[in-house]
Amino acid sequence: MSRLSIIPKLKRRKILDAIASGRRMDGRGLEEYREISVRRGVVEKAEGSAEARIGDTWVVAGVKIEIGEPFEDTPDEGILVCSADFAPVASPTFEPGPPDEASIELARVVDRGIRSSDALGLKDLCLIPGRKVYVVYIDLCILNHAGNLLDAASLAAVAALMEAKKPIYEVRDGKVYPTGEVEPLKLRRLPIAVSMAKIGDVIVLDPTFDEEEVMDTRITVTVDEEGNVCAVQKSGPQGLSVEEIWKAIEIAVNKAPKLREKLEAAL
Amino acid sequence: MSEEKWRRVDGRAWNELRPIKIESGVLPNADGSAYIEMGRNKIIVAVYGPREMHPKHLAKPDMAVLRCRYHMSPFSTHPRRSPGPSRRDTEIGMVMRYALEPAIFLERFPRASIDVYAEVLQADGGTRCASITAAAVALVDAGIPMRDLVAACAAGKIEGHIILDLNDHEDKYGEADVPVAYMPRLNKVTLLQMDGVLSPDELRRCIELAIEGCQHIYELQREALKRKYEEVVEEVKGDE
Repeated sequence: MSRLSIIPKLKRRKILDAIASGRRMDGRGLEEYREISVRRGVVEKAEGSAEARIGDTWVVAGVKIEIGEPFEDTPDEGILVCSADFAPVASPTFEPGPPDEASIELARVVDRGIRSSDALGLKDLCLIPGRKVYVVYIDLCILNHAGNLLDAASLAAVAALMEAKKPIYEVRDGKVYPTGEVEPLKLRRLPIAVSMAKIGDVIVLDPTFDEEEVMDTRITVTVDEEGNVCAVQKSGPQGLSVEEIWKAIEIAVNKAPKLREKLEAAL
Repeated sequence: MSEEKWRRVDGRAWNELRPIKIESGVLPNADGSAYIEMGRNKIIVAVYGPREMHPKHLAKPDMAVLRCRYHMSPFSTHPRRSPGPSRRDTEIGMVMRYALEPAIFLERFPRASIDVYAEVLQADGGTRCASITAAAVALVDAGIPMRDLVAACAAGKIEGHIILDLNDHEDKYGEADVPVAYMPRLNKVTLLQMDGVLSPDELRRCIELAIEGCQHIYELQREALKRKYEEVVEEVKGDE
């Protein structure tokens, strides 16, 4: 990190100059996403899976569904577990090892959008209160890091949940028996994460890897289909003015429906 | 029900903070420290540094590295929590760092580290904000040059009401929680998170309300710091 820190400083000048002209290094406008694609059903052994690409950023999400015991404080709710692996295949900056804070944050912010909007309807995922509930695992695998992992991971996670099927169990005498049948999870909401970077005095949508390296801070706003906000995360070493926050919320609320179309159109 | 009549579980008005007590310089070994009680939250924060960075390869040639560790003691919650670091602790340590970093002149201490350790002794909702508030006081107590203090508190929504400074019950059963940290002099938000569901307008109102709360907490931080030095003056006078 320290040896590299001189390069981002030089880069920051170029990036700021480009932004000042209203066009970014890759020719995009300030509030423009890169090309987005979402494809479902990429891993047959998962109960649900999907890949999302935003420019060269590429994330695969897999959903596995098992039976487990509920948490003590939510005996009648299913369990959602979201985790992320920053595999070393994805970037020269990723190293093998236990999850670092960036991967923990990514998984927790994706989780927050899905959990806050109650997209899964966790109360519907209870089989025997206090004893048996469904456990829905979302595992995010980053395959290529070209910036804005969060929006891609969130798209992949929700797309994987959209096609996920849960095994049906029969409850008899306080026990659960697999029936061999499956049924869709039925998502109630499609939360969409929209991330922006503050670079200098400008907010840019969907930052690239280079932009993230030089940004002052990032702000992610997750929006449901009614235009309500269901997660916010400011992440980065500089502050934001309230005007910048209002602007970020507005951009997110405006952009989310377009990303949701991509999700719904995904095959 | 009118906004004036409606009362919260603990009897507070919608825009009322919990009682707050801040003390600075409470740990003899630390370079700086602070203790905060915010309602039933009890948190102690130590600052060590600026000091030589270990491991050395993490040092930055042009500035100090701020490291924050947030930790909840096993007896701070019910049920007991495992003493090891959780994923939540890791994320909170990170957002604490982002909340405090803009306030510190890190460029004055190249190659050094400044370590902030927050130890939650009792948790009752809003521990990340109380930790940030105390950490800012501890940083000043350590004599580290700062651009501003950082004050933090949350706003949120319960039963349709926008409220300030959620306690544990309101955090669990409410509709949304928006923790905010704010530098009052520089007018910058340095921590912003949200979970739950809010309309964009409600989110704006929550952030504005939280900032008002932060401004009040800022005064309490200043008083805590002044009090410490008044005590020193008294001691010196007594010795003469």
